[in-house]
Amino acid sequence: MRVNRIALAGNPNTGKSTLFNTLTGLKQHTGNWPGKTVVHAEGSFEHKGEQYILVDLPGTYSLFSNSADEEVARDYIIFDQPDATIVVLDATSLERNLNLALQVLEMTNNVIICINLIDEAEKKGIRIDEKRLARELGVPVVKISARNKKGINRLLDTLSQLVKGQIVTTPYRMKYSKEIEEAITKVESKLEGYFDEKYPSRWVALRLLDGDEELILKLQNHKNNKQHEVRTNGVPVSVKS
Amino acid sequence: MESQSVLNHSVLKGILAEVNEVSNEDIRDEIVSDIYTKSKSLCKKVVSQQHSAMYRSDKLDEIFTSRIWGFPIMLIMLGAIFYITIAGANVPSDMIASLFGYLEGKLTILFETMHAPEWLHGILVLGLFRGTGWVISVMLPPMAIFFPIFALLENYGYLPRVAFNMDRLFKRAGGHGKQSLTMAMGFGCNAAAILSTRIIESPRERMLAILTNNFVPCNGRWPTLILLASLFMVTGFSGATGTLVTAGILIGFVMLGVVVTLSVSWILSKTALKGVPTHYTLELPPFRKPKFWNTILRASLDKAWYVLKRAVIVAAPASILTWVFANIYVGDTSILMHFVNFLDPFGQALGMDGFIMAAFILGLPANEIVIPILIMAYLSQGAMLEIEDLSKLKQVFIDQGWTWLTALNMMLFSLLHFPCGTTLVNIYKETKSPKWTFMSFLIPTVIAIGVTWLTATVARAFGWV
Amino acid sequence: MLMEKTLKPLSECSFGDCFLIKEINIKGPLRRRLLDLGFVKEAEISVLRKSPLGDPVAYRVSNTTIALRHDESSMILGEIVRGNTK
Repeated sequence: MRVNRIALAGNPNTGKSTLFNTLTGLKQHTGNWPGKTVVHAEGSFEHKGEQYILVDLPGTYSLFSNSADEEVARDYIIFDQPDATIVVLDATSLERNLNLALQVLEMTNNVIICINLIDEAEKKGIRIDEKRLARELGVPVVKISARNKKGINRLLDTLSQLVKGQIVTTPYRMKYSKEIEEAITKVESKLEGYFDEKYPSRWVALRLLDGDEELILKLQNHKNNKQHEVRTNGVPVSVKS
Repeated sequence: MESQSVLNHSVLKGILAEVNEVSNEDIRDEIVSDIYTKSKSLCKKVVSQQHSAMYRSDKLDEIFTSRIWGFPIMLIMLGAIFYITIAGANVPSDMIASLFGYLEGKLTILFETMHAPEWLHGILVLGLFRGTGWVISVMLPPMAIFFPIFALLENYGYLPRVAFNMDRLFKRAGGHGKQSLTMAMGFGCNAAAILSTRIIESPRERMLAILTNNFVPCNGRWPTLILLASLFMVTGFSGATGTLVTAGILIGFVMLGVVVTLSVSWILSKTALKGVPTHYTLELPPFRKPKFWNTILRASLDKAWYVLKRAVIVAAPASILTWVFANIYVGDTSILMHFVNFLDPFGQALGMDGFIMAAFILGLPANEIVIPILIMAYLSQGAMLEIEDLSKLKQVFIDQGWTWLTALNMMLFSLLHFPCGTTLVNIYKETKSPKWTFMSFLIPTVIAIGVTWLTATVARAFGWV
Repeated sequence: MLMEKTLKPLSECSFGDCFLIKEINIKGPLRRRLLDLGFVKEAEISVLRKSPLGDPVAYRVSNTTIALRHDESSMILGEIVRGNTK
């Protein structure tokens, strides 16, 4: 049976673990990411007959690989290419949290924005227009309260529609200043055909401009590493552990 | 995972060279600023009624991080956790111990009816079963109480406040406020706490946290501290007062551990780990009421079960080994006694004896088994007594010539001595440095020997014992 | 109130002040971390409280509470927009 691999990304303290626990119950196991001292938590659940494996990425403020945590989270989204990535946002500090969401949207198409702690935000008088946000970002946005199990079903239905391809996303890609955009175009054209097209070339170009040479080494290694390319009929390769 | 390979592809080299021309220092600033600007404009569009009134968290922070109440509240919380753990663990510990005692009787009968050889009964029942039973009955109840309470505080968001309050002290010592969080983890398990030091991003401060984590008594050492404190230090009190005094003594030991941590950090940061403290940012997340039962269930199941499993895995072979050593004779003395006699002069100089030293050394795999090994060694037949009766246990100690000094120094040694095997392995995995792993063994050991030697010498010089 | 022409460090702000970031004189990973946390140019920071021993100080930035030591906050320059004269 087809098993969908879902990544869970988000800032620290957004209730990401609560959502992870709510979805997977006690069906989870933890260990370390290969070669890293970062805790890897993985769990499974079922929804409407579909099987899911949920990977709890480390809570990070960004995905620029400033730390081992960020590197792990980034590498999983880029190299393991989950069937969908749920970005958990804290409704009470949406601005900083959107920062991470915008970064994820630069990396992958299959994203669900999940605004958590909506109860707390409403108590504080914060109202969020999720339909407008979905239009702006071009991906589904679901408001939930993982703690009180509100909106979980809507999240799961959205997830199932997304992995079945019933929802087509048009993720918002960040636009930068003219100079940066020109540089991106230039680098992107140079990179064309060099890396597997499954890697987002615009994002790779941006990281190069940002001076992240280590990423290029990794991309090159993965190019030579067939293991990550055997994905037939959408059956994912086994999750590295 | 880090690849050693160098960029050797000419195409890539060319691209990189060109990129380096366009790329500059400010580009990251610009990228992040642009993303933030976008976030801000998105928020303006979709978030309404954003008022910046003082949140509940801010009001609570005024109390928890207050100049006057910040530190007292921390101490009271710590004391309360210890009190609840000690008071709550007593009864279930006794019950589990009686259960194992009952089962042991049944097992012995079973072995007798099967006419099993004496040595088999010795190894399996008197060694394996008793040793493991002891560890479970002593370890499980405190862990099943401590971890959930701790998880509640953690999920509530109190711990970052501790780091906020303590940072000045740690900064003085060259460390990072988050070191107090890794220390808090150490109460549960030092080996796990070593992994948790990755929350400290700068390598120097992280190394300090790794090297000093052992000065926080872990779950494997609490039973030793609680047992000796209640046997030898709270003799005049009983019931709730006794528990309170025991909790007080425990806090005293924890404070001593903190002082040693700060001193060692300070010395290391002035010598071997010289450098400017870097990288300090700490988020104080809003206080959030944790899901009470959910948190408790998860913490007991996950953490307590995990640590217990580890303890039993270590305790089982160690119990067998101790029994075997105590029952195999070379000449007219058992292997264990040869070892004990060899260590005795050293132990005496530190105000303890050869048995205690042997127990600490054999207990290297896990601190939980130090007391079981000690008792097993003290009883000449090489097996442990029933543990329900504490006064009987005290008599065993006193018969071996124990005084308050022996108890005090064993507690000090337990607090300050080398980390357990699992912790050392984790330190090696984290630092990838044989030198620093060795230092993490050497520093505490030297301190433990120095401190106990000092107390023993002073106490004897003044004729206190 | 007169607008200051010269930039002041964040560390000089006192409780209740509002601060507009103009410059961050920090390099390397810490700069990156600060950016990620919302300490970007033109961001508005307010001072929440000092820790019991005086340092670090907690700031409100993009609706979250972040504590910085004096060492760092003195390297963040900007304008004090709304001084709360006590």
